[in-house]
Amino acid sequence: MSDVVLETKNLVKHFPITQGIVFKTKVGAVRAVDGVDIQLRRGETLGVVGESGCGKSTLAKLLVGLDKPTSGSIMVRGQDMVRLKGNELRRARRNIQMVLQDPYTSLNPRMTVGDIIGEPYEIHPEVVPKKGRQRAVQDLLDTVGLNPDHINRYPHQFSGGQRQRIGIARALALKPEIIVCDEPVSALDVSIQAQVINLLERLQDEFGLSYIFIAHDLSVVRHISDRVAVMYLGRIVEHGYDREIYEQPTHPYTQALLSAVPVPDPRLRGHRDQIVLEGDVPSPANPPSGCRFRTRCWKAQDICSQQDPVLQLRDRSPHPSACHFAEIRDVVHGR
Amino acid sequence: MDVVPGVDPRAPLLEVTDLHVEFRTQYGVAKAVNGANFWLSPGETLAILGESGCGKSVTAQAIMGILESPPGYITKGSIMYRGVDLLGIPEEQRRKVRANRIAMIFQDALSALNPVYTVGFQLAELFRMHRGMSRAEAKRRSIELLDQVKIPGAKDRINDYPHQFSGGMRQRVMIAMALALDPEVLIADEPTTALDVTVQAQIMGLLADLQKQRNMGLILITHDMGVVADVADRISVMYAGKVVEEAPVYDIYARPAHPYTRALLESIPRLDMKGQQLNVIRGLPPALTDVPRGCAFNPRCRYAKDACRQDPAPPAYSVAPHRTARCHFFREVLGE
Repeated sequence: MSDVVLETKNLVKHFPITQGIVFKTKVGAVRAVDGVDIQLRRGETLGVVGESGCGKSTLAKLLVGLDKPTSGSIMVRGQDMVRLKGNELRRARRNIQMVLQDPYTSLNPRMTVGDIIGEPYEIHPEVVPKKGRQRAVQDLLDTVGLNPDHINRYPHQFSGGQRQRIGIARALALKPEIIVCDEPVSALDVSIQAQVINLLERLQDEFGLSYIFIAHDLSVVRHISDRVAVMYLGRIVEHGYDREIYEQPTHPYTQALLSAVPVPDPRLRGHRDQIVLEGDVPSPANPPSGCRFRTRCWKAQDICSQQDPVLQLRDRSPHPSACHFAEIRDVVHGR
Repeated sequence: MDVVPGVDPRAPLLEVTDLHVEFRTQYGVAKAVNGANFWLSPGETLAILGESGCGKSVTAQAIMGILESPPGYITKGSIMYRGVDLLGIPEEQRRKVRANRIAMIFQDALSALNPVYTVGFQLAELFRMHRGMSRAEAKRRSIELLDQVKIPGAKDRINDYPHQFSGGMRQRVMIAMALALDPEVLIADEPTTALDVTVQAQIMGLLADLQKQRNMGLILITHDMGVVADVADRISVMYAGKVVEEAPVYDIYARPAHPYTRALLESIPRLDMKGQQLNVIRGLPPALTDVPRGCAFNPRCRYAKDACRQDPAPPAYSVAPHRTARCHFFREVLGE
């Protein structure tokens, strides 16, 4: 397929747990990302959902190259980002940028907005010549709906929503094809959230961007995504088109997650399928054998602890699902 | 138990009338609450809904009497608990009400619990101070409480420190603490905002069960319209320090009467349908030092007319029985 812009194969990131001060010995590993395969196509949005600690932010960092994977590959336009070095790596990185969660800490308070958005040009001077930079930054401000005359202001002079726009402008500066958004709206108020979501959608149409949209808010992810991947303890347990995931989920974890999301309609109260999970997510340093969800799963049987279910199409799952007993159950709509 | 003289058990549980709170800062006076009105009955859940800076948390702090002063001052209004105005009684009695009758849980349990004492000590402290129990008895009651909030292995966990608990368990500890002295009113300020959805469902379920068992009045402060739809009986929507709409939960979601409520409902993405482009509320909430004349929402409102931009601000029009909206054109918003 030629329209795939990004593809990971068996991506793994383990963080070592060490003991000792002078002689550090490795006693274990936190398996933050443990074998993830994703594909992103041109102009589409891939939503990645999961609870805290499932590895979704580590995945984001690996994709933009802020962290080196333990093993696996990240193919962007036929090049393996993991193996690139020096100038080639620098050039390849232009193509994949990131928008961060917290607009209050991700902007340097001592830099003007112009310097923040223009900084990528310092590192990649070939993109825009020095003379044209102020103009380029002003154009970017205009693109994201901020006043181009505010180029000399500081981040504290902007509201939360406006700051997130600055972060988006910075990500757009190098004209990337792919933007990884790590919880871009979760720090914002509802009325502002909608403004930023609409902006992201508009930019996608305008520039043909592909997004990896990482969030814990399933409603927001459904709204913006074409396809959705559900993560649990470093693995993708189910993925498919938004309709498949939200209306015909087959993995028990996806079903539990969806049933726990409150829907803003009191008429559905008591008419929805409620699955309340027991306990907490196990530690990624010591995940359960076999299926990682089996310790909280109501369908678990012996096979689940012995055999690791593969993410694949199954008899009763028309889209890939990593469950031996995958079966469609609509939990979102009222009974 | 009579903690405050003058308490009349037949009087309404909690009634807040025309509450005004302001913060006097070096940049000017910020009017955080500008005449909030609401009431609460036993066994009922009232949701106070609003975005950051709308005054919902300050209102809760004023009811609890934990408003930092200075810079915060209550300039007007009354908070009646069972016929006693809490703003008119000495601090010592206020303290008794706070522990025994009205309790509160906070968003961030890790910063609300004391990190250098065990959970057991912090719970037992309540019983020893307020009930004069012995150490052993207080410990027994603490274990009982942790059991009630469904913390597995309560007997052993009582000697753990707050950081040893997960986020959801920590929230349970705080709920246990708030409920220790059997309050009649529980104020929950964004109790699940910091939690994952599956844990949020557990905690909201627990709160609902405990409320039912004890016939408690619950004030749920939140910005999440989904959570509200699931648990609330009535809703007060706040904007710029005022309750702009108050209504039973079914009415407000079916037919909002205030443009702000309506815009909020249209601006949230839904789990159960793939919507079109979201309707946006343009602009930003006003700075509380500089609230617009007339209706505070008028610069962002699509129904705004000249009357909205002039003082006085719209009064609380009666829309239906038990239902008010501060909008001159509520009929238009309702679609009549």
